[in-house]
Formats: sequence, structure tokens, C-alpha cells
Amino acid sequence: MRKLKHGDSCDSSCCLKIQNLAVTIGSDRILRDVNLHIHCGQMVALIGPNGAGKSTLIKAILGQREYDGLITFSAPGMRHRKMPRIGYVPQSPSFDPGDPVTVADLFGCCQSKRPAFLGLSRDMREKCMECLERVHGEDLIDKRVGTLSGGELQRVLLALALEPLPNILILDEPLSGVDVEGQTGLMDMLDEIRKRFDLSILMTTHDFGMLHQYADKVVLIDRAVLKKGTPEEVLKSDEFRRIFHRRGGNV
Amino acid sequence: MSIWYAICDFLPLEMLSWTFMRNALLAILLMAPLFGMLSTMIVTGRMSFFSDALGHSAFTGIAIGAICGASAPIGVAVLFSIVFALLFSFVRSRSNQAADTIIGVFSSTAVALGIFIATLGGSSFTKYNKYLIGDILSITPGEIGILALTLLAVVIFWILFSNRLTLANIHPALASSRGMHVALTQTLFTTAIAVVVTITISSVGLLILNSLLVLPAASSRNVAKNLRQYHLFSVLFALFSGLAGLTVSYYLGTSAGAAISLCLALIFAVTFIFRKGRS
Repeated sequence: MRKLKHGDSCDSSCCLKIQNLAVTIGSDRILRDVNLHIHCGQMVALIGPNGAGKSTLIKAILGQREYDGLITFSAPGMRHRKMPRIGYVPQSPSFDPGDPVTVADLFGCCQSKRPAFLGLSRDMREKCMECLERVHGEDLIDKRVGTLSGGELQRVLLALALEPLPNILILDEPLSGVDVEGQTGLMDMLDEIRKRFDLSILMTTHDFGMLHQYADKVVLIDRAVLKKGTPEEVLKSDEFRRIFHRRGGNV
Repeated sequence: MSIWYAICDFLPLEMLSWTFMRNALLAILLMAPLFGMLSTMIVTGRMSFFSDALGHSAFTGIAIGAICGASAPIGVAVLFSIVFALLFSFVRSRSNQAADTIIGVFSSTAVALGIFIATLGGSSFTKYNKYLIGDILSITPGEIGILALTLLAVVIFWILFSNRLTLANIHPALASSRGMHVALTQTLFTTAIAVVVTITISSVGLLILNSLLVLPAASSRNVAKNLRQYHLFSVLFALFSGLAGLTVSYYLGTSAGAAISLCLALIFAVTFIFRKGRS
């Protein structure tokens, strides 16, 4: 394995370590030999063709899929290794426009023990406002979730994933369904958030144009890790060309 | 019950001079919030076809209870409905067929089994008619007691689980990513519907029961802007229709369940027009 510029050692900072991960469903091996380190403050992009196992890897990290191998989290000064707190923004989240559920209701359902159908308490509403401020979305609080644009919905889900503040933020295709202007805005916001809160971001994407500017590390997978490194190293690699040119991908 | 009858004595309504009307009114005051609340989640979770199937299974349960010679077929029916609901959830999670297909399979099987058992040995089906049409006027104080306990149980369930249930219904992936047990929450809810459907079937009737489980929330969605209004309007619509339907049925001599359903349908139409005007 070649050394990465950012270093693969987990000694100096907090780090999510994936060792020899494999996922098998029935007789089908979806993923094998995945070894990956994600450090705090890093933005890591997971790329690969459809069916490569990106979502499966995310589900394994979230603990929603059984796997072989080890996923551990460590931080300096932490005595025992434990699972990190993960914030998750799911893929192309679509809500029914007919559902009378506002952004505030969504926060109430996710973060309060008080039944959301009674309305939000004043404290909860203030907390909800604070969370939305982190993503510059205060004006969305009383909008119905089903009527939000793709970019607005991503911001709301991001705000939700950031409370309580996670160690790792995982986003599944956050840029799909968001217009170009919104994409840049969203990536700028993610960049701001990881610096401000020193958290790791792992995201899957098909938009390679953004990688040079924002990602620290790019991991190319197709049922196994084919290549990992800086955006430059991965996007110019033979493996990348082979996978995406062969499939006529949007390079 | 004596307290309730004393209250009725104070109300200057001619129809409340009859004990059966007093019982029916109290039953409606208990049923309306029950249906109003459950309805919100049934519609959000797109389970209206499923709740209909549960009604069918409740009927089968009653037929089984009657043939077993059980003194209270409702108890057997509740048990059967719960088993039916759990079996359905199990098959749905193990099958790659669409949910409505699986519901169709279960629903038609339940009805066929119910009719088969009810007519076994050449028995007449007539005695089961009350479960099809329903008769709220013949509800007994004992049944009203069961209804009150059910309402209490559902309110407690709602306070503890409605947040999780809402999230599981509007976005299952988001719910499970936040550590919620989506399947368990939905199974509990399914069980709650099964119980409510079964204990109200003899009052409301299998044929129109589902309208009470769908129409309050469907109308509420036309006008509600948030979760609070959604629940509030749903319960209010159910309550208003219950009272209006009972009154209409008293003076016109029709089935109360049908009159209530028609009131709900009217409310749906009005809220739909109002919604159109708003947009």
C-alpha cells in the first residue's frame, strides 16, 4: 500500500479505522478487503460506479449492515476504543409534499421526547433555530419538509445530523438533486463546518468536479478499494480511467 | 355510567332521553379521538389499504371465536387480528413483492376464511351481518369501558411513540440512521390498529370502518400546516362527524356508522375545495 500525503497513522489525531472489512449478502460478496483511515477534520470522498458498494460501506459504518472485519474509532487521550458518534445525511431524501410536517416538527420528532404533535416547547424551538443557524437556514423553520428544494432539504438534514455534534459526518450523494449554484454553496458550508467543529466528513459523490477544491482524500471503490489518495492522484490514475471510461462515466 | 347519564339529563336534547342514545354518544366521544389519532399515522404511513385488511381479519377472528364457542368472540378476534398483523409484517419483510400485493393476498384470504368458517355446516350468515354494517346503538356499558381503556392505552402509546412513528413513516432511512427501531415501532402501531379495529367492528361495521381510519386525516391534510394542526383537525373532524352522524341517523333512522362516514366525506370535500382555493 502506498503512503498517503496526509499520513495513514492514527496516533496523532482522532481517527475512524476500517480494517479488512468485507460484506457478503447471501453468496454475493459486495465488498472485500476495505482498509481505510478517516481522520478528524478530513473530508473524504467515496467514489465508484453504481453498484460498487459505496452505500453498503456507509451502512456498515452506521451499523445497519453486518460485516466481517473491524471498524474502530480512537482519539488521543481516549482510553477505550468505542464507536464514534455519527451524523448521517441519507441519499436523495424525498418527503411527501402532502405531509403536514414542518422543519420544526422534524426537529421535534428527532430530538425531543415531548410529542411533536403538541407543538415545540420554547426551548426546543430555540435549539432548532440554533441548529438551523449553523447551515444558514433559519428561515426554513416553519416550512413543510415536502416543499423544500433539494439544496434546502440537504441543509436541514445537515443541521439535524450536526445535533448532537458528531465525530464523523456521513453524507450519501449530497449533491444529487441540487443545482450547480446550490452545490457550491453546500460544499462551502461543509468545508466551513468541518473546520469549525473539527469533524471528519465522509461523502459519496458522482460529481468529480468538486473534488479538487474540497476533498482531502478520494477513495475509489468497486467492490474493493481500487485506489486512494489525493484527488489529483486518484482522478489521474489508471484505475479511475479504467472504471469510468469503460463505463462511459461522467468524467 | 351513572355520572354520564346524569350529565345527559341536563342536556336539553330529545334524542338523549333514550339510554341507547346516551351510550352511543359516549361511545362516539371515545371513538372519535381514537380514530382521529390513528388516522393521522395510517395516512402518513400509506397504510389505508392495510387497515382495511385488518378489518377483514377481525371479522375472521370473530367467526373463529364464535365457532370455538368462546363466550367473548371479541377476545379471540383481537388475538387473531394481532397474529394476522404480525404475520403480515413478517411476510412483507421477507418478500420482494409490493406491499399492496401482499395486503391483497392476506385480505382476501382472511375474508374467505371468515365466510368459510361462518357458513360451516350450513350455518346461516345472517347473524354476522351486524359485523358488516355495525350498530353503535346496541353498544353496552361494558363495551364502552373497553373502549375507554383502549383510548387510554393509545394515548399513552402516542405520547411515548408518536415522534418515532412519524419519523419512521416519513423517512425510514433517516429514522434508522438515528438509532430508531423502525420495524419494532411499526409493529407496535400495527398491533394498536388491529386492537382498535377489532373492538370497534361491531359498532361501526367492517364495510365502513376504514372510512373512519382514513377520512379524518385525509381531510386534515387538506388544511393543516404542521403536525399539531394535523392531529387537532383530524380529531375535531372525527368528533364533529361522529356527533353530526349520530344526530342525523337518529332523525332519519339510518345506520349511524354510514351517516358518520358520509359526514366525514363531506368534510373531505369541503376541505378539498378550501385547499384548492388557497393554492
